[in-house]
Amino acid sequence: MSSLSLDRQVFKLDYDREIEKISTALRAYNRKHRRRGAIIALSGGIDSSVCAALCVEAFGADKVQALLLPEQDSSRTSSSLGELIAEHLKLDYIVTDLSPTLDAIGCYRWRDEAIRTVFPAYQKNWRNKIVISGGAKGGFHYFRLIVQTPEGELLEKRLPYKAYLQIVAATNFKQRIRKTIEYFHADRLNFSVIGTPNRVEYDQGFFVKNGDGSADIKPIAHLYKSQVYALARHMGLPEAICTAIPTTDTYSLPQGQDEFYYALPYEKMDLALWAKNNGIPAAKLGKTLDISIQQAELIYADIEAKRNTTTYLHAPPALVETVVEV
Amino acid sequence: MAKARTIIENYIRDNFLMGQNDIELGNDTSFLELGLLDSTGVIELVTFLEEEFKIQVEDDEITPENLDTLNRITHYVEQKSA
Repeated sequence: MSSLSLDRQVFKLDYDREIEKISTALRAYNRKHRRRGAIIALSGGIDSSVCAALCVEAFGADKVQALLLPEQDSSRTSSSLGELIAEHLKLDYIVTDLSPTLDAIGCYRWRDEAIRTVFPAYQKNWRNKIVISGGAKGGFHYFRLIVQTPEGELLEKRLPYKAYLQIVAATNFKQRIRKTIEYFHADRLNFSVIGTPNRVEYDQGFFVKNGDGSADIKPIAHLYKSQVYALARHMGLPEAICTAIPTTDTYSLPQGQDEFYYALPYEKMDLALWAKNNGIPAAKLGKTLDISIQQAELIYADIEAKRNTTTYLHAPPALVETVVEV
Repeated sequence: MAKARTIIENYIRDNFLMGQNDIELGNDTSFLELGLLDSTGVIELVTFLEEEFKIQVEDDEITPENLDTLNRITHYVEQKSA
């Protein structure tokens, strides 16, 4: 068995050194690409909050433009936490409600049409979300659609292929329109756009291609989520930010990230990914997470399967021939 | 059974291999090991089986044991259709 220990201590970092390293990388990027500051879209979550704080360290608050980009399915908590962090960091912030744009482009109409192929009675005033199932139990992954009537009744069905694709495609408008707004402001101010994935998100593909996956620099993509939380505390971010539970804030029903994508809470997902990356046998992971070896092996297999799927998301546009001059 | 196998193989070849015949697709070739199936592909395959063979695939049947090779899918469809 590996001699490496597997507990929360593996995420310990020299945080001052880490902040300096990231700040230096941010400044180097801007110098190389002749950008003058940073655009950061604040979701109210820990990742974008820490990225904003790091940008302030790197450039100063006057060279960081914050954006709050809610739409009709966003929770009010997200906006208030976004405002909280912007005010805490003394950032200028612009609030743009994306609902009219998303409505005009058909986001909600395409999504609701797909939902009605599964639940014909679905109405605009119902709420919805998609949850992941299967993978952690040894089966393949599949997705379930959950809707809630105004009376509070919850209905749930497995999503067939076309409905699944259309709901995801429609909701992906949200991340892509957000990114369009970010690049508008980046062009307007000659700033760079900050991408906010943490390591698990970046590795496991929890982002939308050409949506939140698009950015000029991703300053915390090498950090596990546990390290991002610790960095937030080290940088003195508000308690409400440091204790916020990660959500997707994409569907109208509350949805944890573990429900949608990871099938494990982030603390366990962090440990599992670290263990896999460092050659820790499944038996040791199982013991740490208090699960069987078989379950730990399934988690490893699941990580690998998601990595394979993520290849497409990370892939740059393919060329038939290399253009050697660029 | 032979007919079901042919229908499934043609579907896999047309949709997952883009009609290219340069990949050996034996009866026990693992789609996972070949990199043919991701989570979206699994949903696509399950929807195809339900519509083509008029069967209901239960949640706990969406497993590699039932769906990872031509032989396994054929056997599974045959059982469900019986």
